Amino acid sequence: MAILKVKDVSKRFGGLKALTNVNLDVEENSVHAIIGPNGAGKSTLLNCLVGKLMPDTGAVLFDNASVLGLEPFQINQMGISRVFQTPEIFGELTVIENMLIPIFAMRDGVFRMHAYETIANEKAIVEQAEAMLEEMNMADKREMHAASLSRGDKRRLEIGMCLSQNPRLLLLDEPTAGMARADTNNTIDLLKQIKDERDITIAIIEHDMHVVFSLAERITVLAQGTPLVEDTPENIRGNPKVREAYLGEAA
Amino acid sequence: MFGLNKKDTSLLIIVGLLTLLAPFILNPFPEGSAMAQFNAGYPDLMQRFVIFGIFAIGFNILFGLTGYLSFGHAAFLGVGSYSAVWMFKLLSYNIIPAIALSVVVAGVFSLLIGYVSLRRSGIYFSILTLAFAQMSFALAYSVLSNPKFNLTNGETGLQVYADDPQILQGANSPDLPHLFGLPMRATYTMDVGAWSFDFNAGYYFCAIVMMVVFYLSIRIFRSPFGMMLRAVKSNQQRMNYTGLNSKPYTLAAFVISGMYAGLAGGLMAAMDPLAGAERMQWTASGEVVLMTILGGTGTLIGPVLGAGFIKYFENIFSKINDSVLHSWFAFLPDGLEDAVVFVIHPFIGKGWHLTLGILFMLVVIYLPGGLVEGGQRLLNRIKRKKPKTDDATSGKTEPAE
Repeated sequence: MAILKVKDVSKRFGGLKALTNVNLDVEENSVHAIIGPNGAGKSTLLNCLVGKLMPDTGAVLFDNASVLGLEPFQINQMGISRVFQTPEIFGELTVIENMLIPIFAMRDGVFRMHAYETIANEKAIVEQAEAMLEEMNMADKREMHAASLSRGDKRRLEIGMCLSQNPRLLLLDEPTAGMARADTNNTIDLLKQIKDERDITIAIIEHDMHVVFSLAERITVLAQGTPLVEDTPENIRGNPKVREAYLGEAA
Repeated sequence: MFGLNKKDTSLLIIVGLLTLLAPFILNPFPEGSAMAQFNAGYPDLMQRFVIFGIFAIGFNILFGLTGYLSFGHAAFLGVGSYSAVWMFKLLSYNIIPAIALSVVVAGVFSLLIGYVSLRRSGIYFSILTLAFAQMSFALAYSVLSNPKFNLTNGETGLQVYADDPQILQGANSPDLPHLFGLPMRATYTMDVGAWSFDFNAGYYFCAIVMMVVFYLSIRIFRSPFGMMLRAVKSNQQRMNYTGLNSKPYTLAAFVISGMYAGLAGGLMAAMDPLAGAERMQWTASGEVVLMTILGGTGTLIGPVLGAGFIKYFENIFSKINDSVLHSWFAFLPDGLEDAVVFVIHPFIGKGWHLTLGILFMLVVIYLPGGLVEGGQRLLNRIKRKKPKTDDATSGKTEPAE
């Protein structure tokens, strides 16, 4: 069953057609990669899925419910978490606080006035956050300010924050952009581990073919705002159209 | 204790002791001595210390936690004062209903202003709050003070007149603000040798209120709600994509800090049953910003220190005049004495704001974390000296962050 359905989505910015009639189905519990050359409309598409942009036409259904017109926090509460190209974390807060916030958000919803309670008394939530830090191998960095983490650790923390909410769909926007090779491989291993251990659907936008072919089960190639082809990694690799549009110039 | 950790409890106890013993601490110099002009232990000034402390504690909940810089908080202070005086006029001089109404009215007022202003962030938010405060000032100063509908009594300021209803005013109750019969002006003076200490009912009432709201602010800082407010300051994008709506969080912080300001305004009127429009002016809003930054934005104790610091120096510097300066520098040769007095003259008396400006610049440049950071650096330096390690120089080159 497709957990995310994109139907005939188009988006224009003035005279620029960023997306034209995009159709896309992301199967539940799969890893689906969206690739394409610069300017293909990958980020625009992603922004349409999370409530940042409103498409001009078309529909976006998550679990058969429309997400169009909803605020990002409402879409997140439905079960979609997003990882950004540059890690978006709470830099001034400690690592453990970064991990606590999404868990509070999951339990308490978009707003709760818990001004007279203490965090230390929320034992269940603190334990959950600590377990997630453990899983991310970051338990030793518990009290550090998130801004002082290395780039790779920031990415791990962000992914951990998203996972702590047990999302049904995890959206990754070029998760390894600007990373050193070692950090990239660590991130790939982490994502593989997540895929194996959890009931989760992952949609990933990526430039790095190494990352795409190590992770993806389905690949959609986007070119000039429309899906060129959708297939398995093996077939994409051999597809001459894709080579021409994308891989050829990269190789 | 009280649901606080050890560090916060000791902070609360220290602040409690300092405020309760303030009449002693602030009057270290014997009456009549040359240094007596540096004493600050008289009721009027001590009341201002704690009232502005409350104002700044509340402001810090908004500015320190969420980073939203409001330039219009004096409006809530003024609204609080007007509400309190109206309660004096209509009901009685008992301060409890007066202060209760100031908090409620300031809360409603801040809800309205906050709802509109928080549609924008950053500099636009600041400008919106400033605009609202100046509109409130204009309303209070002229618009709402005409013969047909006189809510604020304009330039003269709102005060209690003999023909006001005061329907609950008992025959024997004091004819000035009181707490169930205890007048706020009641002062007991204790003379110990050359020293004289004033214990004022109004001061102690304000001090107890400040302790309560200081405790509440610690609870807010340590609560999940406080963490969310810091998250707003840190990264709103991530907050939004984590399923949290930052708007109600900032609005709640805005209303809480508005209520703190209303409480401070109500207490001001309770100490002196007068309310004037100048309390709402933008200079008053700016002052609380200075207090918070000077003391240490986002720290628990900083705003209180900042408020005390500014109010103390305002008082001292305003009191010094040329003849005082001449008496200080009398030991210098005449020409030199005149020259020194000439140089210092612009910084004293009415020129005290010049001194405040310089102090503020020095703090912002050399101690971005305010007086609290200064205190921490001092403590670190003392601690570091003890083990006798060879890093004595590193104290000087310590980075600002």
